[in-house]
Amino acid sequence: MSLPVRVGTLLVAFLAVVGGVIFVVIHFLLAGPPTVDYSSGVAPGQAVNLMMQEDPQNTVSNHPDWVSYFIKDPKTGAWVHTTLFSVPANTRINVTILGYDGCTPLRNPFWGKVTGTIGGTEDVNGKPVKVINTWDGCNVGHTFSIPGIGLNVPMASPTTVKANNELCGTSPCTSGPHQTMTFSFMSPKTTGDFFWQCRVPCGGGFLYGFGGPMQTIGFMTGEMEVVS
Amino acid sequence: MAAETSVPASGAGGAGERDSSHGIRIFVVWLVVSLAADLLIWFVLGPHLPPGDEASAANGQQFDIKVMSVMAAPVMALVLVYFSYSLIVWRQRPGDEEDGPPIHNNTRIQVSWITVTTVIVLCLFGFGTYELVNTAGAGAGSGQGPSPIVNPPGAELTVAQQTAPYTASKPLVIQVIAQQWKFTYRYPQFGGFQTTYLAVPQNQWVQFDVTSLDVIHSFWAYQLGVKADANPEVNNVAYTKPTQLGSITVRCAELCGLWHGAMYDYGTVMTQSDFVKWAQHSENHFADITSLLPPYATTYDPTEIAKIGEVELKLGITGANGGYYPPNDPSQP
Amino acid sequence: MAIETEPGTTQQPGGQQPAAPPPSRAWWMRPAWHTGLLLAIVGYVFGHWLGNYWATPGPGSPATYQQIPSSDTNDLSIVLGYVFMVLGWLIGLGFFNDLFRLMLGRPINGNGHADNGDRGVARYFRMTLDHKVVGIQYLVGMIIYFCTAGLLAMGIRTELLSPVHHVFSSSVYIELVGEHGTMMMMLMSSVILGPFGNYLIPLMIGSKRVAFPRIEALSFWLTPAAFLVLLSAILLGGFHFGWTGYPTLSVQDTPGADAYAFAFGLMGFSMILAAFNILVTVICYRAPGMRWGRLPMFVWGILATGVMMVLAAPILIGGMYMLITDRTVQTAFFTDQNGGSTYLYEDLFWFFGHPEVYILALPGFGIVNELLPVFTRKPLFGYKVASAGMIGVTLLSFFVWQHHLFDSGIDPDMRPLFMLTTELISIPTGFIFLVGMGTLWKAKIRLTVPMLFCLAFYFNFLIGGISGVFLSDVPADTTEHGSFFVMAHFHYTIMGGLIFAFMAGCYYWLPKMMGIKLNKTLGQWHFWLMFIAFNSTFLPLFAVGLAGQPRRVFEYARNLTTLNDWVSISSFFLGASILIFVINFVWSTVVVRERETGNPWNSRGLEWQTTSPPPLENFEAVPVVLSGPYEYGVKDAPPVADLHPPVGVLAAGLSEHDTARAEA
Repeated sequence: MSLPVRVGTLLVAFLAVVGGVIFVVIHFLLAGPPTVDYSSGVAPGQAVNLMMQEDPQNTVSNHPDWVSYFIKDPKTGAWVHTTLFSVPANTRINVTILGYDGCTPLRNPFWGKVTGTIGGTEDVNGKPVKVINTWDGCNVGHTFSIPGIGLNVPMASPTTVKANNELCGTSPCTSGPHQTMTFSFMSPKTTGDFFWQCRVPCGGGFLYGFGGPMQTIGFMTGEMEVVS
Repeated sequence: MAAETSVPASGAGGAGERDSSHGIRIFVVWLVVSLAADLLIWFVLGPHLPPGDEASAANGQQFDIKVMSVMAAPVMALVLVYFSYSLIVWRQRPGDEEDGPPIHNNTRIQVSWITVTTVIVLCLFGFGTYELVNTAGAGAGSGQGPSPIVNPPGAELTVAQQTAPYTASKPLVIQVIAQQWKFTYRYPQFGGFQTTYLAVPQNQWVQFDVTSLDVIHSFWAYQLGVKADANPEVNNVAYTKPTQLGSITVRCAELCGLWHGAMYDYGTVMTQSDFVKWAQHSENHFADITSLLPPYATTYDPTEIAKIGEVELKLGITGANGGYYPPNDPSQP
Repeated sequence: MAIETEPGTTQQPGGQQPAAPPPSRAWWMRPAWHTGLLLAIVGYVFGHWLGNYWATPGPGSPATYQQIPSSDTNDLSIVLGYVFMVLGWLIGLGFFNDLFRLMLGRPINGNGHADNGDRGVARYFRMTLDHKVVGIQYLVGMIIYFCTAGLLAMGIRTELLSPVHHVFSSSVYIELVGEHGTMMMMLMSSVILGPFGNYLIPLMIGSKRVAFPRIEALSFWLTPAAFLVLLSAILLGGFHFGWTGYPTLSVQDTPGADAYAFAFGLMGFSMILAAFNILVTVICYRAPGMRWGRLPMFVWGILATGVMMVLAAPILIGGMYMLITDRTVQTAFFTDQNGGSTYLYEDLFWFFGHPEVYILALPGFGIVNELLPVFTRKPLFGYKVASAGMIGVTLLSFFVWQHHLFDSGIDPDMRPLFMLTTELISIPTGFIFLVGMGTLWKAKIRLTVPMLFCLAFYFNFLIGGISGVFLSDVPADTTEHGSFFVMAHFHYTIMGGLIFAFMAGCYYWLPKMMGIKLNKTLGQWHFWLMFIAFNSTFLPLFAVGLAGQPRRVFEYARNLTTLNDWVSISSFFLGASILIFVINFVWSTVVVRERETGNPWNSRGLEWQTTSPPPLENFEAVPVVLSGPYEYGVKDAPPVADLHPPVGVLAAGLSEHDTARAEA
């Protein structure tokens, strides 16, 4: 091959490689669920009202059978399929979580105790609760835990047979048996990313139940971004 | 046929002088560099070497690292000095196209090298083994598995011994339960309460019984000099004796999934009286949840929940998303 | 094995059968990578369907396996898809053509020559029986794999610039870590044996061919498959357990783990095949006069590597296979709750894993021992010591694996034993330094670019080796295990050792292999930037590890931010130096093509006594080797070989051999 042909082929190959790398980085490596913004427009001293729900499945994703959290966008009121949200630092966060999913016992019953909230309790349908015994009944579906700030809140589930057989079928859920949990905590004073997770191993079909949705951002684990 | 020539002791011809002068020069530079490095390491760096001396295990490891550094420095100095010398003195001058002298081997040098390296290595082995198995060190903070061979006096290795009430004369037992992605600590001598906070008393042996509920983690308490892998269904025992008050950093040292990098927490070394107060306070604070925990054991099988079978039978349901472990999964409670 | 007799018939790759002349077909109708790709896709579709079929409950189909069929969480369909994909790939490349022809009683195609008349660039995209073509294929492949894995490392260091602000999500970060580690560890095991071993060994031992050309070609064509399967893990959600694959995390992970296990196992096959071929070639195809005592050091190094590969890689394949069955058909090898044990995997993996790191180190020893005499113009000091060192490392490497498990809860009585064996292995490793230092004594050192890389090898391996001694001491290992100290140690030995030696080999042998010269100025820029950036990147990591930062983390203590930033910036410079190398390589081989025939380094190696590049059958006649390759400075040393031995000289060679034996 002559020199111009060789140089031309080289140039094309180089551009293809660079293009490929950029494509992979943007499409696979940097892609992820969106972050719901609860931090902008919050006056100092004002509290933030965070609204979430956890569903028995996620029919709007490519894993329809995976359990999943949804977060409500404060501006549009729509339920977003994500587990990433941002809050301002050193602010009171009032959290409401709708628990649509059925019950699964905790692997370590220690996580049935509410810790890290203001007052040390959570309200389940308005009644304050400190500890839930998940090994003696059908009462907890998931937890909402932020290990970095010592927050752990079990999510109650529908408790009767009838309710557990009639769980909501399409996500995000708008109707169906559910429990409502409310609690509050103070966001940390320093900025940074704090991960949160669920402690109930309900990754169906994965060994010990901790695979799949439990380890995938956007389903049962995510991050709380604390911004100034 | 190429002959195997050896270097005569004094070199060939008039090069005899230069042979030994090369050797002397290298030796002198090496001696100076090694001495300087060793003195620096032992006296200046020594007290500050990781992992510090805030606990017996950490202290022992710091000593090991100091000794090995002192032995490594002359070895490295020899190679570096020699290479630098040869690059300066034995470069090919421009225009010189000749080959070098045909030295194939030198039996004396080879035998000396092999002997010296073997001796150094065997000494290090002896030293390391002594540091590992001597009773005073109790295993140098490393995880010894379920049947440790070096124990501090009064070590409690059965569940009955571990659940006996706490005394300051026997080791404090802390069970480290690793799970994705947080360590929890269970204190069987205080009624078996579980907490996410690591508190240890000063000047008392601490026995860590490390186990896992799901995947392999590793309990690494840096200032205490303890590292023990947490395997499911395995009890891994490690010992240390904290000597200084202060904070402890605990990090997970074995990749355990998504948030392995965020699996760390902090603990404290307290005085013995402060520790007892803290433990009793925690025992009360966690009483409600402690009563719900499974009885204390050295390992747990979280797929076996005795009561859940009854519950499911009673309620006739299978739980979230089709079940704890749906029918097509290996473990079925 | 009687090497003194000239083979009865001429050495013919492709076998002795009378061959039918190859039919002339258009290039796109002959088997090559494009037909391989086509059949690979067909195979994947079939395998995937089969996996789904078996996982669906129904009459006539076995009980359901885990997960949900027809979704991307069915591991069985993914694994079977890969199996049939690789089968299709190999069939499409034409590996089975000769086999099928023989089975059907038809003569195999070919004109008795290694290349079947192929000329030009197209033969590099086909299965070929010419070991030199396979060597070049390996060279280009290995550079591509290395650069891909290197880019992944750039991603890792970008994330580690800040302990609290994250560029990538934690899931992507741990995928990057796993992909980088696995790609490097599995593919770089053949980075020297593949290109240089396959290309040069026949030339160095005076043979016209390798023993099993088809097996050699197969070992190469499995590598792009393994590489692409490993990369496809990203499409499947990645794998989140690093290159070591410990259960139960690996059993519990998303389908990317299947890609990991399959790719690793496939590469294990490639390693076994490549090594096996080279071992048989060296043992059986040495030219008359090429006694074991005259074998070039590079060949000794590759021989030792090959022995370890052949013995250790089967364990890897076994371990990966068990992992796959645990994930697909619910065996319980590694799950404690069902009677298995995570220790089983750890032991299997590290029984392979430790020889693996010596597989990565030994070819580097071979190259520096080979190059040092050329650039010091002296014989290699202590030839027997050097080969004894390689043999010693090979033997001992199978006895040290539990030092990766000191804190894991293994039987504590075993720990002093493995501490002893691990400390002992530093003795044969130290022989390399003895030999190097002896060769430098009163030498005439020429600081060419290959020599610079060799010297840097010694510097880097010194640091890497000494840090290994620190790790072998169990008490010290308690703090160092699982931290960045280990990372720095193995990067120093593997990258500072193997990769620097690979670069030395590239600059040294490219004139031989491709007949072109690499640009010297770019080479020097490459060397100095790489050496300085490499040490700047990895030396601080010893301190980072001892200060308490574990491996594979994306968050770390804030007081280590400055050190981590220094390391990350240095690593970007390191990446730039590799870029300079790639530019040099591509520019010199594709654009400039400055001819370099002959023997530019004035080497006595047998491979340099032919033209550059060598003719198709390496030597016109099988040469008779007359002396060792390192007889620099020896007055009246005979030439290294007689390339055109007249009839009857073999008898003389025979008697010479007998005379030497009588003298010994």
